[in-house]
Amino acid sequence: MTEKSKLQKELNAGKFVITAEICPPRGTDTSVFIEKARLLKGKITSANVTDNQRAVMRLSSLACSALLLKEGVEPVFQMTCRDRNRLAIQSDILGAWALGVRNILALTGDHVSFGDHRDAKAVYDLDSVQLVETIATLNAGKNMKGTELRGATDFFIGAVVAPEANPWEPEEMKFEKKVGAGARFFQTQAIFDMDKFKRFFEGSVKFNVKVLGGILLLKSANMANFLNKNVPGVHVPPSVIDELTGAKDQLEAGIKIAARQVRELKKFCHGAHIMAIGQEESVVKIIEEAG
Amino acid sequence: MIITKKKDLKDILAALEGKKTVYLFGCDSCAEQCATGGEKEIKEMTAALTERGFEVVGSSIPEETCYRQLVLKDYKHKKEIESADAVVVLACGAGVRTVADVAKESQPVIPALDSTFLATVERVGRFFEGCALCGECVLIDTAGICPHTECPKGLLNGPCGGVADGMCEVDVTSPCAWVRIYNRLKEQGRLHLMKRRKPPKDNSVGVRPRKTLLRGEGSGHEAGHGRKKQ
Repeated sequence: MTEKSKLQKELNAGKFVITAEICPPRGTDTSVFIEKARLLKGKITSANVTDNQRAVMRLSSLACSALLLKEGVEPVFQMTCRDRNRLAIQSDILGAWALGVRNILALTGDHVSFGDHRDAKAVYDLDSVQLVETIATLNAGKNMKGTELRGATDFFIGAVVAPEANPWEPEEMKFEKKVGAGARFFQTQAIFDMDKFKRFFEGSVKFNVKVLGGILLLKSANMANFLNKNVPGVHVPPSVIDELTGAKDQLEAGIKIAARQVRELKKFCHGAHIMAIGQEESVVKIIEEAG
Repeated sequence: MIITKKKDLKDILAALEGKKTVYLFGCDSCAEQCATGGEKEIKEMTAALTERGFEVVGSSIPEETCYRQLVLKDYKHKKEIESADAVVVLACGAGVRTVADVAKESQPVIPALDSTFLATVERVGRFFEGCALCGECVLIDTAGICPHTECPKGLLNGPCGGVADGMCEVDVTSPCAWVRIYNRLKEQGRLHLMKRRKPPKDNSVGVRPRKTLLRGEGSGHEAGHGRKKQ
């Protein structure tokens, strides 16, 4: 039996875990990526490696997950359904396992119309529920066609949920489908309304899955306003924007707000997933500030 | 109905380079209703080509240009078609292919339109994509709203994380297909259909080119589509 990932072990042991996102470079120069990894090493349990996030082409999440392993940082290999058909998906999942990756996060993936290759074919041969099920099937030693694998995987399978989705019911159904398909941990989209998140968390307890609340670092009031205006479904509350606007150093204020959210989560949740978009040094500050 | 839009004239002119005489085909069915291949558009194309030094030797607007027998009839009775240097077709891709298959191998057949989608017609001149022709209808579970057609990602198990206040992240002016499916199934008391995990699509039913043979050679046991079981 392979050893479980640190993420799985710590969550199962009831420890409050912190994960953070690292974005692969837009080329083969991995020096900055490695630097960020070293910065986060020892501060977080695992680092999520994004998969052509926002449909912008970057170095592969699989290759970057392997690079993290070499640095002694445990990766969460993010895989979207946007860029690969079911053959490529399965073979990359097997590849990740063979390289030593133990955590995987299944996502639908932002549509190509958001990205830098808007003329690309959006694949979505599988959706995120089917992707979770596919990973569970590979974990059980078979491929999607039921053929026995020469060597199975044993991934800690994660998925995403949007606790503030409006309307909530269709999202709730999808969350339950992901659980049914084999997802064992969830990293949520950014939390803006902690009470709403808490209600979701309490409702999720009966499914016996681990939930890491998503914390988005707001770098400035401008960023918060931009999100409210341009990113559908995001509602940064006015009180938070006021707090940022009134601060001498807005980034410092954003770090304080994120740290406060992490402290809130520590009271009831299994962990926090920090999304700082290129601000890895701020992630360290958030963690230190949260205590 | 098949929706078409006009190609840029300069692309058509580029394809006609070196040709002198041209015959035009329109289509009195879908393209006529799209205002891309009816009498008016044939007239406009005739004028545009004449103005640029081409000789338009004639034109036809078959009832349905995708119908081989109708196109064949024109080719038989109008000798000027065969003698034209090129044929320009103001119809959907199936119409262009039909004409190209009837024409001599040596005669270039050039599309004047881009075929875009299969539509439901709200009313005259207002078309919405209605069916992706995926080969295996899922509307049986989705209350008549097609996730293949109306969700840009073609998801089968519910909305993606991008749904915002019930709207689609790709086109924020359109309601999310899955939110609509949810609302309608709820109204019908059939939400259990949405709670069920849907398996991945069987893409083998859509392997191209597809065909249906109700009569003649190859019909019978193979009729329905060109799918070959493994």
